[in-house]
Amino acid sequence: MQAPSRRSFLKVSAATGGGLLLGFGWLTSCESKPAAAVATGPVMPESWVPVNAYLQIGDNGVVTIYSPNPEIGQNVKTSMPMIIAEELDVDWNNVIVEQAGLDTEKYTRQLAGGSQSIRHGWTSLRTAGATARHLLMAAAATELSVPVEELRTENGIIYHDASDRQLGYGDVAAAAANLPVPEEVPLKDPADFKIIGQGKKNVDARKIVTGQPLFGMDIQREGMFIAGIVHPPAFGMKLKSVNADAVKAMPGIQDVVTIDAEKEGVDRQWSDVNAFPQLVAVVGNSTWQVMQAKQALEVEWEETSAAESTAQHRATLEELIENGKAEASRRDGDPEAAFARATKIVEATYSAPFLPHNTMEPMNFFAHVTSERAELVGPIQTPEFLQKTVASLVDLPLEKVDIMMTRMGGGFGRRLYGNFGVEAALISQAVNAPVKLVYTREDDMTQGTYRPDYLVKYRAGLDADGNLIAFHIRGAGTNGSPVFANRFPAGTVDNYLVENFSKDSNISTGAWRAPRSNFIAGAEQAFLDEVAEAAGKDPIAFRLELFERAKNNPVGENNDYDAERYAGVLELVRDKSNWGQQTDGVFRGVAAYYCHNSYVAQVLDLSMDGDQPKVEKVYCAVDCGIVVNPEGARNQVEGGIVDGIGHAMYGALTFTDGTPDQQNFDSYRLIRHGEAPKEIETFFVDNGIDPTGLGEPSLPPIMGALANALSRAKGERVYDQPFMGQQELLG
Amino acid sequence: MATFQLTVNGKQFDVEADPATPLLWVLRDELGLTGTKYGCGIGSCGACTVHLDGTAMRSCQIPLSNMNGEKITTIEGLSEAGDHPVQQAWLEHDVPQCGYCQAGQIMSAASLLNAIPNPTDADIEAQMSGNICRCGTYLRINAAVKTAAGKLS
Repeated sequence: MQAPSRRSFLKVSAATGGGLLLGFGWLTSCESKPAAAVATGPVMPESWVPVNAYLQIGDNGVVTIYSPNPEIGQNVKTSMPMIIAEELDVDWNNVIVEQAGLDTEKYTRQLAGGSQSIRHGWTSLRTAGATARHLLMAAAATELSVPVEELRTENGIIYHDASDRQLGYGDVAAAAANLPVPEEVPLKDPADFKIIGQGKKNVDARKIVTGQPLFGMDIQREGMFIAGIVHPPAFGMKLKSVNADAVKAMPGIQDVVTIDAEKEGVDRQWSDVNAFPQLVAVVGNSTWQVMQAKQALEVEWEETSAAESTAQHRATLEELIENGKAEASRRDGDPEAAFARATKIVEATYSAPFLPHNTMEPMNFFAHVTSERAELVGPIQTPEFLQKTVASLVDLPLEKVDIMMTRMGGGFGRRLYGNFGVEAALISQAVNAPVKLVYTREDDMTQGTYRPDYLVKYRAGLDADGNLIAFHIRGAGTNGSPVFANRFPAGTVDNYLVENFSKDSNISTGAWRAPRSNFIAGAEQAFLDEVAEAAGKDPIAFRLELFERAKNNPVGENNDYDAERYAGVLELVRDKSNWGQQTDGVFRGVAAYYCHNSYVAQVLDLSMDGDQPKVEKVYCAVDCGIVVNPEGARNQVEGGIVDGIGHAMYGALTFTDGTPDQQNFDSYRLIRHGEAPKEIETFFVDNGIDPTGLGEPSLPPIMGALANALSRAKGERVYDQPFMGQQELLG
Repeated sequence: MATFQLTVNGKQFDVEADPATPLLWVLRDELGLTGTKYGCGIGSCGACTVHLDGTAMRSCQIPLSNMNGEKITTIEGLSEAGDHPVQQAWLEHDVPQCGYCQAGQIMSAASLLNAIPNPTDADIEAQMSGNICRCGTYLRINAAVKTAAGKLS
């Protein structure tokens, strides 16, 4: 028995349910709607009864489930409703899924970040479904005049076997909605799961493949203008003055305004990372007209801080790594003495550049701000924080600021930082009209919240028998070190030292899929490969030895991983990949990593076509506890692997005098179809543990597995990302 | 401003716009056909792919003034019931993650299969490498193209 969260189970009145539906007006009012999409869904009921914040039931038994969290391609719009449907015990084919808008009274943690949606939602979503089922059964018991214990449910039908009678959920929903909500409801035994663990197709797939409007970019509203922003050409600059006379006379242009997202006295949230808080906004009738006008605008900029360049970034990080002084973030034993007595010392330094997120859907947002209320619709990973910032900026109470999340054309962390939503609100307020703010690709790539550049230096000391006796990490990065002091191999080496360094920058940085892990996993796993080689040990056997130590006799108490599960995925991928088997022309690399509460181990097979590496196959073992939707889960794992390979191979944003050198896909290379692995095979550990993160964990280790395979193929170690140099990149 | 007559998904439209306006923005802003996506504006990502007389083209690179009576097909008009073999294959393989690039991917794939009903791996790679998928669904796209080819042959 688990206690339901009172907060999540406030009963909603019919009026509230109706209000909730109104939030989807823009979806239903759009023009194109292929017949097939409608024809293949469940038959629509004549009336709905809201049962709780997460679901309403139609008179014909069809169920609408509201998916609370933002959908960025991690497939929670399918998997979260699956969890509710499981406990509700309905036929998945009778379920309609709708995105819920921001509602902090009804839902908790409406956020897409840290791969935590399923982990945090697990109990509350199950309880939502179970509570609704309980109420339906109670109503049926009254209707049939039998004790509730004599009833059972199956696929949305309540059966009284003794009298051979049955009622559909739709028959008793209205009565159920008026019953008191129970304090506690039993949850299913996972052994009885019928929906969880079954592969279910993406609920929006049909709309996606038929081109129906789903994304913020697709919003169209009566009287809506298009807005574009113009920002300083370099970091370290701000707006001085703008001459908009000529632009205002251009066809279709309505207005040119300046906005300030950092007005004094504004209640700022952690998500308010503004590359350029003061912007010029051009507002017009169509996107093309606005784009043309932006280019014609005469703007003067002024310097606020020194312009930075990539060579200088690298030099600063190197200086910190070589000469910086810091308090140890972790110290076990006596590292200095252990290095002094080591018979062999391995040392290596790894680096990675800034990365833009480059979601395929550029930043955008719809906003309509009046003196009475604000309505915002668009792609946002952190709607609650956007609401707070906007309310403060446009001086409205929180409850007068509505936020509706659209399906997002990718997130990867960029949409944690809602500056574009704030900008849309300020522009709408300034021109007193509904506007859709649209970034160009160049806007998107040149005013990001980038993955920072990193540098890390590892040293390992081995004794005469090849035992790892000392380990030393010095990590540095823009706005923070990438090193997690208590992650593996902490806890496996008696003498251990971690030192962290950070440099400031006027370039805006933020979370990028698997923050910090997205660099440090690859560096650590490449270094351990080199250490294993120096110790004359097989790379997997070497790592398993370390996990044995962590299992039996860990060093320190603060080790942030479960060695048993870590070793488990490594053993699984070793066996599935037939590790140790040699194939001519195939170079293998292995890596394992723990982040976002999940364990991943990978073996990557690489061949060389001349000097061009080609990933033949990736074997991937994952321990993320219960897999809610295996079909979607495999897709996530594959995507993380392709993403990781792509960025490790090709990704780099460099700066000259504060200006990004890459501004569009002609100079910034993303992985393409022919460069993806030919095959990815994923194996999930079946252990019944409550589910943990999956949107991020497959990305970090693949960079290490790739580095290790590439090093074998080339006959020399690779240390600096991107592994394909800029010359090779751009030919 | 000038008036242009366009044939989109079998229907005639009169559009008044600057002749330099790319077809992409006419489809999206003027005709409300938002299935065709903006990704880069320079013909590098393939999100805006449509068919002109059955052949895949990047609509962000076609100014209205270059249109010459070609029949334009967008994702909304690829099939009446959303059941083109490529669309079916996409559903079968549960290809999309975020989904934003997929209309362009599907239009490129459908054009490939129009020209080469039984494409080799090299044919698929050559055609589909023009479309970026930031989520990395390339393996599923590849499998779906092959399934669609099987349905068509």
